[in-house]
Amino acid sequence: MVAFSDEQIQRYSRQIILKEIGGKGQRKLLNARVLVIGAGGLGSPAAIYLAAAGVGTVGIVDFDRVDASNLHRQILHYTEDVGRPKVESAAETLRHYNPDVTVVRHAEPLTSENAVSIVSGYDIVVNGADNFPTRYLVNDVCYLLGKPLVDGCILMFDAQATVFLPGKGCYRCLFPAPPPPGLVPSCAEAGVLGALPGLIGCLQAIETVKLILGIGEPLAGRMLIYDALAADFRQVRLRRDPDCPLCGDSPTIRELVDYQEFCGAPIPTA
Amino acid sequence: MTIDVQVDRELNLKGEVCPYTFVKSKLALEELEVGQVLRVIVDHEPAVSNVPRSMENEGQTVLHVAKLNDADWELLLRKETE
Repeated sequence: MVAFSDEQIQRYSRQIILKEIGGKGQRKLLNARVLVIGAGGLGSPAAIYLAAAGVGTVGIVDFDRVDASNLHRQILHYTEDVGRPKVESAAETLRHYNPDVTVVRHAEPLTSENAVSIVSGYDIVVNGADNFPTRYLVNDVCYLLGKPLVDGCILMFDAQATVFLPGKGCYRCLFPAPPPPGLVPSCAEAGVLGALPGLIGCLQAIETVKLILGIGEPLAGRMLIYDALAADFRQVRLRRDPDCPLCGDSPTIRELVDYQEFCGAPIPTA
Repeated sequence: MTIDVQVDRELNLKGEVCPYTFVKSKLALEELEVGQVLRVIVDHEPAVSNVPRSMENEGQTVLHVAKLNDADWELLLRKETE
């Protein structure tokens, strides 16, 4: 076992002091591999806090470039990053926060073709997808590979967060199939308060750290629902649906599906 | 007062201040087996009360705290729990 460097002892001292973490917990964090889907509103605070905590490998999936309209919430990116690939900007920011961390850049859309090979290399997935096709794809691939999924979603002033542990329910138990294109507005159409994904992304980072360390009670089997305008937090119970098309007793979905894009521009078909 | 215990590891933390006195003691204790004893030398006076208090909070036993000379103290800590 390699001893901590003095720099590491200083950097992580406030975590090592915690009885529930200590040096052993810090080592678990340094050995952990977490994949963050999207370097956007949720992925930014999640990735920053995971990196700052010393999660040794943080993978980021994002094919997009930084746009000025991202900056009010996507705190991985600065004004001068507009136009750069988000994974490049994200990797640079995370390196500034913590050079201990290896950032793996996946500068491509997540698809049914690459999802298994990308997700397989990680212990836990944090979902910061901004569209339904990716949200379902991430749910499905995590279930099929048995990876814990720390889920979050936000729109306007409302947010939801939950943890799906393998075999204990999934997103499709709640919402078996995506809504028809055009029914649910995207952030681009409906807007979002900048600090809202900040809150939920931090919560996702906390849940991820808890899972890595095996401490506390995960936000599993329940969904946290936050109404920012009312300043109201609620929890609803979730349970695995035996009729779920993915994780139910007689599943009909046995392989990954690419749904038609319906948040923003359509996915090119050729 | 003298105390007769077998010390399994020594840690010289002279020059270290809080919270690193506790953090480094804790990391050293983690590497010991339950029942083994760590002897820590500190010269940062607040650590003489802070380190034992934090160790007791974590369920470890403080066997002995003693002033060695004008500048240094020794703490004898026994590991009770992982």
